[in-house]
Amino acid sequence: MIKKTFLNAIHREFGGKMVEFGGWDMPVHYGSQVKEHELVRSDAGMFDVSHMTVLDLKGVDVKPFLKKLLANNVDKLKAPGKGLYSCMLTPEAGVIDDLITYVMAEDWSRMVVNASTREKDVAWIRKIAADFDMTVEEPEGLCMVAVQGPNATDKLVSVVGEACKTPISELKMFTAYSNGEWFVARTGYTGENGFEVILPEADVSAFWVALAEAGVQPCGLGARDTLRLEAGLNLYGNDMDETISPLACGLEWTVAWAPEERDFIGREALTALKGTENRRFVGLILEGKGVLREHQKVMINGEEVGELTSGTFSPTMQKAIGLARISDLEAAECDVQIRNKSLKAKIVAAPFVRNGEARY
Amino acid sequence: MSNIPSELYYAKSHEWVRDDGDGNVTIGVSDYAQSQLGDLVFIELPEVDADLAIKDECGVIESVKAASDMYSPVAGTVIEVNEVLNDAPETVNDDAYGDGWVAKIKLSGDLSHLLSADNYTAIVDAESE
Repeated sequence: MIKKTFLNAIHREFGGKMVEFGGWDMPVHYGSQVKEHELVRSDAGMFDVSHMTVLDLKGVDVKPFLKKLLANNVDKLKAPGKGLYSCMLTPEAGVIDDLITYVMAEDWSRMVVNASTREKDVAWIRKIAADFDMTVEEPEGLCMVAVQGPNATDKLVSVVGEACKTPISELKMFTAYSNGEWFVARTGYTGENGFEVILPEADVSAFWVALAEAGVQPCGLGARDTLRLEAGLNLYGNDMDETISPLACGLEWTVAWAPEERDFIGREALTALKGTENRRFVGLILEGKGVLREHQKVMINGEEVGELTSGTFSPTMQKAIGLARISDLEAAECDVQIRNKSLKAKIVAAPFVRNGEARY
Repeated sequence: MSNIPSELYYAKSHEWVRDDGDGNVTIGVSDYAQSQLGDLVFIELPEVDADLAIKDECGVIESVKAASDMYSPVAGTVIEVNEVLNDAPETVNDDAYGDGWVAKIKLSGDLSHLLSADNYTAIVDAESE
């Protein structure tokens, strides 16, 4: 059975072109993927991300549990409501998933993990949590809508209830505000200012329509992918999986090595890899015409050094861009095999676009 | 709904053919094909002077989300390609049967194997169900 989010009928009403994505019936665009992309960079767009998995971790041991589970360290969070981006690793240091967890109180953290990894994530989290004094809840009846773009704050604030207006407009980056069943976090997957709003099914249709009336463009998964790639944000399953450590997918910055005595899962294996990992994770910009795609081979001096893990055409830069894992640590350019041709590409550090502006 | 002009011929692989009446044809990709692919960002055109058999791969059209091969709907020699598409592939999205034409081919065979607009409409209807 293909799964549907609560907004499915509304997507069809708004002209969404529906496709199957990881077992979900989701809009890929509502007419033009490129127009949606451009509106998120210049104004505001919204995405139904209700297929993602929300977990509530509750109990006195929530923080000790998270310090065991995650490669990043929740002790970095200095105020209630702050969120942390982290990988959770296998004992061999492969990435089980990347996630954000918000520590709302000493005994409550709300975690958002990927849709495609839901079953294995929940099973793993429950397994590790069994040794701690806490519960793992999968709240039902919730939806999630991302509102993204330079005008996201103004437009979101214009449609929420009076009590939420000031807290949302003052929300700091990577921080969440909760009020009843509404949970608003200043996060996103586009490289723009924006919010991810978790709210009850009963409220979501009116919320979506009100945002549309406020001039927020409905956006599909297509624009979500080009936006995240321009922003240099990894996609689980493409850019990393359980065979890849954070060191080989550009996520070492999310690993909290200090304090040394914190024994997070995967630490020992990751420490061993630190001396031996000979691949780097890079951004590529194609110099000529064409489109970069995942699995295209990357060559340096005629030798295969790796492949693209993601690729697309950047609407902002009007060039093909991609992410690649390569076993060369120095080169500034490479060739990419596209069908029967070998085309030059520049090797750069992601992100490609920040706050609406191309960096290259 | 897709625009499928009645005066054109079609291939199952979603190319269209216009009989120019002088032994040459103009080919392109159908409105349905462009709408399925979405915003086009790159088109690899056929090569001028290439001799093509029916169903030979003769180019690639790529949207943001996917690449799709173009197959020659006829047998013949490529005599001209639409260079405009090198810099403005979105022309195919805007005007698939007009300014978005792909190539002109000097026929070495005939058009009897191609689909009429009615037959092509039936294929599109079946695919989009």
